[in-house]
Amino acid sequence: MEFLNSPPPPIRRLPLDDTPAASAAAPPAPASNGNGHVAALQQSGFTAAKRSISAPQFSIRRMEIDRVSVFYGAKEAVKSVSLPVRQGEVLSLIGPSGCGKTTLLRSLNRLTELTSAARLTGRITLDEIDIREIEPTLLRRRVTMVFQQPNPFPMSVFDNIAYVIREQGSRRMRKKTLEPAVHSALDRAGLFEEVKDNLDHPALKLSGGQQQRLCIARALAAEPEVLLLDEPCSALDPKSTQVIEDLIVKLRDDVAVVIVTHNLQQAYRIADHVAFMYLGDLVEYNNATTLFGSPREQRTREYVSGAFG
Amino acid sequence: MDSSVTIPPVPKDRPPLPGSAGNKAAVEGSDTWALSDRIGLAICWALGLIFCALAAAIVIYLFIQGIKFLRPSMLVTPASAGFSETETGGFSDAFIGTLMVATMGIAIALPVGVATAVWLVEYGRPAALARITESTIEAIAGIPSIVLALFGTVIFSSTALAFLSTSTEGVVFGRSFFAAAAMLSLVALPLIVASTREGLNAIPRHVREASYAVGKTKAATTRRILLPTAKPQIATGAMLGLGRIIGDTAIILVLLGATQNFAPVEGAAFPFDYLRGAGTTLTNFVYEASPTGNLNQPQKAYAAAFVLLLMVLVLNGAVDIVHRRARKVGTWSS
Repeated sequence: MEFLNSPPPPIRRLPLDDTPAASAAAPPAPASNGNGHVAALQQSGFTAAKRSISAPQFSIRRMEIDRVSVFYGAKEAVKSVSLPVRQGEVLSLIGPSGCGKTTLLRSLNRLTELTSAARLTGRITLDEIDIREIEPTLLRRRVTMVFQQPNPFPMSVFDNIAYVIREQGSRRMRKKTLEPAVHSALDRAGLFEEVKDNLDHPALKLSGGQQQRLCIARALAAEPEVLLLDEPCSALDPKSTQVIEDLIVKLRDDVAVVIVTHNLQQAYRIADHVAFMYLGDLVEYNNATTLFGSPREQRTREYVSGAFG
Repeated sequence: MDSSVTIPPVPKDRPPLPGSAGNKAAVEGSDTWALSDRIGLAICWALGLIFCALAAAIVIYLFIQGIKFLRPSMLVTPASAGFSETETGGFSDAFIGTLMVATMGIAIALPVGVATAVWLVEYGRPAALARITESTIEAIAGIPSIVLALFGTVIFSSTALAFLSTSTEGVVFGRSFFAAAAMLSLVALPLIVASTREGLNAIPRHVREASYAVGKTKAATTRRILLPTAKPQIATGAMLGLGRIIGDTAIILVLLGATQNFAPVEGAAFPFDYLRGAGTTLTNFVYEASPTGNLNQPQKAYAAAFVLLLMVLVLNGAVDIVHRRARKVGTWSS
């Protein structure tokens, strides 16, 4: 392919100042999942398994990232990114290491604020309300997060979920009162059938895949509106990965899902929209079929075809 | 199955791979090492064995002497004046005194130490104050307990603190269980702070963030996740601290009076009459009863030392149980 031989052009900044719509507008919904895009995929050099999801039934705009930049000291980790986050869809952030996708994800529920050197400019809204005006603990119950490493708390499976439901540090609310909520959270994460007889067992003795689903159940127990996933499958085996991918797709109708992933195949399998970031810039945002099939930007084409990463 | 592909069987007389000695597990031997490394390894082995032997000798000797001389009655009979070892009673006051200073000292040191460690690890702002706190605690750890004891006499002899000890005609005695326990807590404090910090630092950052990310405050996270997780290390710190408190003699001598019996303050209500009064502990009893001490009753010294050893062993066992329980709960991979 000729573009491999020519030096890569400089990353073009998206025109965001007056026309945020250029990047943030909803691209056309993915066409059919028929054979149309397969040829396009081959053209882009991206080879992927088949998409595991159909087009979304609906989409409601929940969060709006508007010209957000995040600085760590003098270093600009995220450079004026604008994106919509919709319920009914899975949004996937892809890009090479250090491109700012995790930082962007963490700023959605103000976790970046825990790093004292981090500074954020721009505006992120949740249902039209600036998240800086929402009390952080309330915001983080509405926008919960699952991390790369499975990290259940060192207590029983039941208590892991109950901890989230209970008021802050309180131990009140008896087990019986909490039971329905705990069971439903485990059920939504597709874990209930496997652990229903062992709810008192230590969570850290579950398998890696079960631990990660417990973490998803924990994040769902807060009844969030947006679910953030930071490479949730990177520490898991392929089988657990598939279970979690199916789960993510199932969840998209109830919560807006944003997933950061290094795994392009995964992004292609489960995402409705994909945002490709490079060195802090949002290079391209489009629906998954278009972004992987016929990317607009040269950088995107190189990345999805494996020329760098 | 396609039978055209067959894996050739391993010949039975195949020579063993280089480095592996037949069926034995391939452990790296030192036979390929440089001579200096082999000598170093030998010295490490020898020193390790010597220390094991030394520790075993002390424990075994104390056990033999202790079982020979310890009578259960000694634990319930106070010391009394007499002409032979059979007439001078036991060391119940010293035994109870040890339990008292240990309980009181750790009751002060544990909450203060854990709180200090939590503040240092989880908050630590302003950074300058955190640095000062850190070096202060290191300084306390380095101060000999006899110096702490002297400092304690200055504090507890002040008239403002007269209610913590006895006073005659306006002169404050400054020696009491309160005074001793307060200073002994400083001996235990650095150990508790250090091991609690170690425990908190061992918890990955993403575990804290997982708690924040479901809307929990720092306080709730600390109480429900971090402190329970660090419990084994906190227990270790408390055990080390208790060991130091039980083993300290200087502070007991200077701040508890090291009398042979309790000297309760007359007129004060129980238990404050005892807590404000002077007393002694097993370590001081051992010192006094040893051939160099005033009592010169080596048999009872051995008996008391044996009791001390048993207390330390029980503490060790308790910490071991805490650690074993924690292992059942598991930890995060990598």
